[in-house]
Amino acid sequence: MRIPCPYCGSRDIGEFVYRGDASPVRPAADGAEAAMFAYVYLRDNPMGRHEEHWYHTQGCRNWLVVTRDTLTHEIPSARLAAPLNAGDAV
Amino acid sequence: MSRLASGGLIDRTRRLRFTWDGKALEGYHGDTLASALLANDVRLVARSFKYHRPRGILTAGAEEPNALVTLGSGAHADPNTPATTVPLTDGLVATSQNRWPSLRHDVMAVNQFASPIFVAGFYYKTFMWPKKAWEKLYEPLIRRAAGLGALSGLPDPDSYDREHAFCDLLVIGGGPAGLSAALAAGRAGLRVILADDGLEPGGWLLSCRDTIAGQTASNWARIAVAELGIMANVRVLPHTTIFGIYDGCEYAGVQHLGAGQPEPGQPRQRLWKIIASRALLATGAMERPIIFGGNDRPGVMMASAASSYVNHFAVAPGRRAVVFTATDSGWQTARDLIGAGVEVAAVVDPRGGGVPVDMAGIRRVRGLVRDVRGSAVRGADIATPDGKVERIDCDLVAMSGGWNPAIGLAAHLGQKPVWSEAIQSFLPGALPPGLAAIGAASGQFALGAILAQAHGAAAALAETLGAGGHAGEPSVAEDEACGVAPCWHVAGARTKAFVDFQHDVTDADVALAAREGYVSVEHMKRYTTLGMATDQGRTGQLNGHALLAAATGKTVAEAGTIRARPPAQPVAIGVLAGHHRDEAFRPARLAPSHGWATALGASFTDAGQWKRAQWYAQPHESDWLETVNREVLATRNAVGFCDVSTLGKIDVLGPDAGALLDRLYINTFSTLAVGKARYGVMLREDGMVMDDGTTTRFAEDNFFLTTTTANAARVLQHIDFARSVLWPDLDVQATSTTEHWATFSVAGPQSRALLADLLPEIDLSNAALPYMGARRFRWNGISARIYRLSFSGELAYEISVPADHGPALAQALHEAGATPYGTEALGVMRIEKGHPAGNELNGQTTAADLGFGRMMAKKKDFIGKVMAQRPGLTDPARPALVGLKPVDRAQRIRAGAHLLPVGAKPVAANDQGHVTSACFSPTLGHAIALGLLAHGPSRHGEQVVVHDPVRGADVLAEVCDPVFVDPEGVRLRG
Repeated sequence: MRIPCPYCGSRDIGEFVYRGDASPVRPAADGAEAAMFAYVYLRDNPMGRHEEHWYHTQGCRNWLVVTRDTLTHEIPSARLAAPLNAGDAV
Repeated sequence: MSRLASGGLIDRTRRLRFTWDGKALEGYHGDTLASALLANDVRLVARSFKYHRPRGILTAGAEEPNALVTLGSGAHADPNTPATTVPLTDGLVATSQNRWPSLRHDVMAVNQFASPIFVAGFYYKTFMWPKKAWEKLYEPLIRRAAGLGALSGLPDPDSYDREHAFCDLLVIGGGPAGLSAALAAGRAGLRVILADDGLEPGGWLLSCRDTIAGQTASNWARIAVAELGIMANVRVLPHTTIFGIYDGCEYAGVQHLGAGQPEPGQPRQRLWKIIASRALLATGAMERPIIFGGNDRPGVMMASAASSYVNHFAVAPGRRAVVFTATDSGWQTARDLIGAGVEVAAVVDPRGGGVPVDMAGIRRVRGLVRDVRGSAVRGADIATPDGKVERIDCDLVAMSGGWNPAIGLAAHLGQKPVWSEAIQSFLPGALPPGLAAIGAASGQFALGAILAQAHGAAAALAETLGAGGHAGEPSVAEDEACGVAPCWHVAGARTKAFVDFQHDVTDADVALAAREGYVSVEHMKRYTTLGMATDQGRTGQLNGHALLAAATGKTVAEAGTIRARPPAQPVAIGVLAGHHRDEAFRPARLAPSHGWATALGASFTDAGQWKRAQWYAQPHESDWLETVNREVLATRNAVGFCDVSTLGKIDVLGPDAGALLDRLYINTFSTLAVGKARYGVMLREDGMVMDDGTTTRFAEDNFFLTTTTANAARVLQHIDFARSVLWPDLDVQATSTTEHWATFSVAGPQSRALLADLLPEIDLSNAALPYMGARRFRWNGISARIYRLSFSGELAYEISVPADHGPALAQALHEAGATPYGTEALGVMRIEKGHPAGNELNGQTTAADLGFGRMMAKKKDFIGKVMAQRPGLTDPARPALVGLKPVDRAQRIRAGAHLLPVGAKPVAANDQGHVTSACFSPTLGHAIALGLLAHGPSRHGEQVVVHDPVRGADVLAEVCDPVFVDPEGVRLRG
């Protein structure tokens, strides 16, 4: 498998670390325990397109949001998780 | 000898000697082991898997199910190699397998007389009782009786290589389609890799008598390969099998190097990982056997293989042949045999029709070969439609039941093949992304059409991919007849008729599976083991499916076919491992003082990938404990030093660095003064402790973190996640500097005096550099850092210099009189001080469990805060950190032992925790330990039983504070 890293180009999957579903958002400070519980533990297991967090540990060290088809392993796109700040060199 | 007087592609000027079962034989350069054996009239080459039936050579290619041999001997022995794929080399040693005492007289051949009980499912039905006997008795016996060649059991003496390649177009197979496509794509300017699994590229062109562009087909192939060889944008990989297609247009192949035996100093095989934008499947087709009685006897051969042996290798596989064919290509084999002087007694064809004009005088029989006679073929019984049976004497039966496109690779990503009425076989349906099939693999069997189709496909790809060059014109050849009317099964055979030759699966086994309800091809496969041998049923699979379809009243299309999975061919484990074996199994990271420590005679231990000095034994010391005790006492009483460079080091820089650390750690760092260090604990979001370490603030916007050795990479990943996913608004960067700094801990009451001599430019007084103070300085003109940190509990400093100056600093500390100590002494001193380390930070402990509960800030948010407050994680009954001392001080406590109340039965219900770390404390003179004990902090002074059923008796221990030495911290502040 290969991931099209927006910073480095198409790279082998061995350079990346998988984290999982990119959709849960960390609840704000002092949020209820139930919201944090859902954020930490509850995940869907969807069939088809899925947005996931991957870390380019042996490359640019960017966290990526990778769109992967869980059925075909097709990876149509990947973007940086953190938007580049104005003035950051690419 | 069966060698023909002339013809073939062998080099008759190069005689090669080889041995077969110890007997000296000769062949020529260009032979395979199989063709050389046939040339020497060796027809019996193997015993079958289950029945130990005599077997000969069935095919001329990698699909060979019968002729498995062991090459070489001793550590080099390579079992289960198809003789058809072995290039003959001078001095080759080959032996037969699965026979005792000899190939000709194999006592296990009695199995075939007991065959009525060895039917499908036999083992499941027979060896059920008693259950215990399966593992101890039945399985070892069955494994010894049924089987393949034996492994040497010795380490593999050969080496293996690995290479990655990228190309625009990968052409899989170098037959007519592959060569034609590679030529077109190469001329057009694409970056092309052509992988061919034959000993020489050319595929069927090396075995046929067709002409292409006025040349013999084999000549055309050699000229094409030569042209490809001089194109800078084309790479030809001969003797390379593509065995798998993976996600992302990745193809894996194995290249066999050095004509079967590696050349000195060279690898035996090379693993190729090829990333190809596009690929063309030009793997050709494989001929189907026909299921009739005795179709496995030596002397029964695929018709195409017979043509191959005659045309390619100049070997007559028999003297008098019966050709049994349901295809037009079988008639071509009859022509080839006649041309080689082999008498063709009859061509048996179930289809009606006459004899081609060029074969006048050849006898055509409309009928079926029902049985062959003889242990090796001596004759064939021909059944004709009028019900008569005629016996024809012969020593060769060449059979052709049809052609199966070799499309296994096309299904590796889950695509299903589809049935083609036109060719009466399966073709690729949907294909993996980027892959297209050409030639026989796409159902196109006529040579002229193949050349044109493959050329057109490659030229179109070149245009799509924007190659600028001109693909040229396709070579021209005539289209031969390729009609087929499949003949799946001959009914009424008097003797065993095999479907899967390698696993000894007969037509009766398939019928039995159907009767017993295994009506899906996947179930039938597993019940009968059809297609589960090393050849993966390449020859017999589809015949089996057709039999099952007939038995269940379905069409072959309805019955479907099984799913092909990688690897398409057996792959040696060694080539997958490549260079990653023995000491190169994984990378070794060496601490800066490694060379210096080695010279001093240190022993090393693995800490992840790091090699760390474990202790520095002196010549008179008889035992590691003596060494470690000396190192601990030297540090506690004078001064010692230890390389702690392996701890993870992370530089955090930016205006929001303090804010980020506040959210990462349970305690607060934004308030830390510049020039000060603070111990911190970080949690996972689920509330468990993730890591700990000290962090130093060198500037308002610059913090320097340390992590445990094991978690360095994970913590950096965690920090990057926090700053780019959780809080991208924070202006902060982080980078690893672990390998940049050599850091030594200098510990002991005399450490200040020693360093004052060594570093006179620094004021080391308590006022200038108090406990948890830090500053930058220059040592011999290079940047350096000093921290007043202590893991040992002594007055201690950590000094960092750039990594390549580490050995010089180690040398200087040693010469100044400090005693080097290793990780074992480091561990003893941290247990004496009750510091948690890897054994306690085990992913199941909370900050409160480890005594850091009060460090958790109340007023700020941090990762893990909410989850750590769940009732289950704040329960005082949770096992928490305590110290343990044996009541009888002479006794020893071992890590891993469980903690039980005194007098309680040693059962899981009474378990109250376990010992996490234990050692002998030379400072105290007895064993000590750290453990996690339920209600631990409130039980100091109580006694518990340390229960260690695996390694010894119970020990009575006293629960105490985990800090054994200097609990007030007087020494480290001294």
